Amino acid sequence: MSLLSVKDASFIYSQKTPFQHTAVDHVSFDVEQGDFIGIIGHTGSGKSTLVQMLNGLLKPTSGSVMLDGIDIWDKPKEIRKIRFRVGLVFQYPEYQLFEETVEKDISFGPMNMGLSENEIKERVLNAAQFVGLDTELLQKSPFDLSGGEKRRAAIAGVIAMDPDILILDEPCAGLDPLGRDVLLTQIYRFHQQRGNTVLLVSHSMEDVAAVCDKALVMDHSHLQMIDTCERVFSHGDRLAEMGLRIPQITSIVDSLIDAGFPLQKGTLTVEKAVHDITEYLKKEGRL
Amino acid sequence: MDYISVQNVTFQYESQNESGTVIKDPVLNDISFDIKKGEFVAILGHNGSGKSTVAKHLNAMLLPASGKVFIDGLDTSDEKVTYDIRRKVGLVLQNPDNQLVASIVEEDVAFGPENLGVPSDEIRKRVDDALKAVDMYDCRLNAPHKLSGGQKQRVAIAGIIAMKPDCIVLDEPTAMLDPKGRQEVLDTIIKLNRENGITIVMITHYMEEAVLADKVYVVDNGRMLTSGTPREVFSQVELLKKHRLDVPQATELCHKLRACGVEIKELPLTEEECTSMLKEVLR
Amino acid sequence: MRDITLGQYFPADSVIHRLDPRVKILSLIAYIVLIFCTFNYVSLALMAAVVLMIVILSKVPLKMYLKSLKVIIVIVIITSLLNLFYGTGEPIFQWGFIKVTWAGIHNAIFVCVRIVCLILCSSVLTFTTSPTDLTDALERLMKPLTIFHVKVHEIAMMMTIALRFVPTLLEETDKIMAAQKARGADMESGNLITRVKALVPILVPLFVSAFRRAYELAVAMECRCYRGGEGRTRMKQLHLATRDYLSIVFTLLVIAGVVLLNVFVNITV
Repeated sequence: MSLLSVKDASFIYSQKTPFQHTAVDHVSFDVEQGDFIGIIGHTGSGKSTLVQMLNGLLKPTSGSVMLDGIDIWDKPKEIRKIRFRVGLVFQYPEYQLFEETVEKDISFGPMNMGLSENEIKERVLNAAQFVGLDTELLQKSPFDLSGGEKRRAAIAGVIAMDPDILILDEPCAGLDPLGRDVLLTQIYRFHQQRGNTVLLVSHSMEDVAAVCDKALVMDHSHLQMIDTCERVFSHGDRLAEMGLRIPQITSIVDSLIDAGFPLQKGTLTVEKAVHDITEYLKKEGRL
Repeated sequence: MDYISVQNVTFQYESQNESGTVIKDPVLNDISFDIKKGEFVAILGHNGSGKSTVAKHLNAMLLPASGKVFIDGLDTSDEKVTYDIRRKVGLVLQNPDNQLVASIVEEDVAFGPENLGVPSDEIRKRVDDALKAVDMYDCRLNAPHKLSGGQKQRVAIAGIIAMKPDCIVLDEPTAMLDPKGRQEVLDTIIKLNRENGITIVMITHYMEEAVLADKVYVVDNGRMLTSGTPREVFSQVELLKKHRLDVPQATELCHKLRACGVEIKELPLTEEECTSMLKEVLR
Repeated sequence: MRDITLGQYFPADSVIHRLDPRVKILSLIAYIVLIFCTFNYVSLALMAAVVLMIVILSKVPLKMYLKSLKVIIVIVIITSLLNLFYGTGEPIFQWGFIKVTWAGIHNAIFVCVRIVCLILCSSVLTFTTSPTDLTDALERLMKPLTIFHVKVHEIAMMMTIALRFVPTLLEETDKIMAAQKARGADMESGNLITRVKALVPILVPLFVSAFRRAYELAVAMECRCYRGGEGRTRMKQLHLATRDYLSIVFTLLVIAGVVLLNVFVNITV
C-alpha cells in the first residue's frame, strides 16, 4: 500500500458559476514512503491546487486522496489531523509569521496539535536546528530577522509538526544563489536523516534535478508524467511543448548526443557530464 | 564625464539601539564606476551585498554619505535637481504588486507624466506609446490585480517609460517572477535598450541575465569585487565561486573539463556557445 | 472571496454609461432630494417613472437591480408595516391594538416607493460608473472645498490607492488563512473569545504586509516624481458633451415638474 495515493481527483473552482474553472483534472498517482518528488509545471498548471488537496485544505470536487489507504475526507471533522501529517509550506512563508518571538511562532503548529510543553520545546529546538537557525535567534522577534532567516523560521514552523510528508511550494523563490543552495541542502539533509517523504514544487529544473529522485509534471490541469528525474528530463521535446525547460546541463548533453557522441540521455549534474566526457576522451585515447 | 558617474561613494544606515547609541551599518564602501549613455549594465551580487543601495543612489532616493553621484552632469545631492534626476533615471522595483498605483493599467502608466505636469493630450500619446513598447497595449483597460507577475512588471516599466527617461534602473525585476514572466521582462528590457536606445542598469543575482549585458559589475560586501564584459567577469570562475556566486552550468562544465586537462581556450557563456565549442573539442 | 470587486460596475454601452460622472453624481443627489419632496401621488408617480426610465436606459440587466433591492427588502417591509399600523386618524380596520387608517396606507405606499427609487437611483450610478471615474469626479466636484483647507487631492489619492489594493489584500488574506490552517489553526469552532483569538495569526501578518506594501508603494511613487497635487495634470480631461447638457436640462425639467405638481395638484395625503 502506498503512503499517499491520489485517485482520479479533480478540483473545480467556483463550480456552477460563470467563473467555473477546472484546476486539476482527473489526476491519479502514488507517493511511496521516502520519496523525494519534484513537482514542475508553469504557473496556472494546477500545481498549487494539487498540493492543497494533498493536505486537506481543498476538498477534491471528485475523486479521492488516500493517506495510508484511508480517504482523508472520511471524517471531515478530523481534517486538522491530516494537516499535521502532511505539512505544507506555502510560497513566501515568511509572510505568515505573527508571534512575538521566533520560538513562539515555531510552536504554533505543535501547540495546535495539543502536545505537552516539554515536547513542544524539544520539537522547536530540533526544527530550528534542521533549518540552521541559531538558538539565540529563538528569543528574537521574527520581524527582526533577515529575509533568509525569516524564510527558514517559517519552514521550521511546519517541520516542528514532524509531518510524515513535507510539501514545499517554491521554497527558494526570491532567494539569492547562496540562500538557495543553503536551503536546498537543508531540505535534502532533512529528507536523508528522517527518511520523510518530501514533495518540492519548483520552477527551477536545476534545483529539481539536483535534489529530487522523481519528478511529477503538471500541464493544463493534467498530470503529464511522473517518473525518475533521469527519465522525465530525457523527454526534452515533450517538456518544451508544455513551455518547460530542462536543466541546462541536460540540454547540452542532449545536443552532443544528437551530434553523435555516445553520452547518456537524462544527464542531470555537471559532475556526471564531466565524468562521461572525460571517459569518452580517454577511451578515444585523446586524454 | 559619462552619463552616470559614481565617485568613491560610501553609504551607511544609521540606527539607534535601545540604550541610545548610534549604530552604523556600512553598506557601501568606496564604490566608483561610470556608465555611458546607451549602455546595458548588470550589477551582480548577493542579497545584502549593497546592490539595491547602489540602485537607489542613481535616482537620488538615497544620497551618499561621502563621495558623489552625477547623472548627466547633475549632482544628486543638489536638492534643486532631485526631480529632474528622477525623471531622467527611472527606478523599477522588485515587487510588481507594490509599485502600481491606479486600478486601471493605463491610468497607472499615466501617473508619472501627470506628476510631471505634462499636458493631457501629450500624456495620452505617451501612455499609448509606452504600453505598446512593453507589448501591453491590449491590456490597457484591465485591473492590475488580474494580470500575471510578468505583465505587472511590464506595466511598471511602461509607467517609467512614459516619463521619457534616458536611463532605467531595475532592482531585481525578475526575482519574484516565474520563468515565463522572467523571459517577458528580459525581452522587454533588451528591446528598450537596442531599439529605443535607453540606458539600462539591471540589478540581479542571476548570471544568465547578467550575460546579456554589455558590462557587468560584481558587488560583494559593499565593495566592487570585479567588473568587465560578461566574458571577462565569468572567466574568473574560481573568484566567483569563492564568493558563492553562481556560474551558468555551461561555463562550469567547460571550466571543470579544462581542469581535467581537456583543451578549452575560452569559457562559454551560453548553452549554444558551449555545445558548439564541445562539438569541436570532441570531434 | 477572490471575485469581490469594490463597487458593482457593470460595463455596457449605454447613454447613461457615457454621461460625465460629475453630471451623474449631481443628478443623483438632485433625484434623491426630489424623491423625498414628493408630496402627492402625481409627483411620486412622475419620479417613479423617471427612475424607471433611467434604469431601462442604463442597459444593465433588471436582474442586477433586483439583486441590489433584495438586500434591503426586509427594511422596506418593516418600515412599510410600521407606517401602516401607526397611522393617525379614523381607523378603517381595527383588530386588537392593530389599527389601519387611510393615512397609514398612504404613508406605507410613499415610504415603500421612496426607498425602492432611492436604491435604484444609487444602483444606476454604481452600475454605470467605474470606481476610478467616481473618485475622479468626486475629486473635481470637491475642488471648491480646498479654500476651506480640505485636502481634496489627498483624499482622492487615498481612495484611488484603496481601490487598487483592496483586491490585493483580500487575496493575501486568503493566502494567510490557508497557510495558518496548514499549521493547524482552527477557525471554525469554539466560543466567541477563542474565535477572536484565532484571528490574531491572520491579522498580524496582514497588517505587517499592509505596512510593507505601503512603504514600498511610497518609494515607488517618489521614484515616479510624485509630490502631492500641486502642478499635477491629468490624462483624462472631463468635457461636458451635448448629451450631458441635455441630461442637465432634463433634470431641471423634472425638478420643475415635481415642484409644480406639488403646488398645483391638490390630491394631498
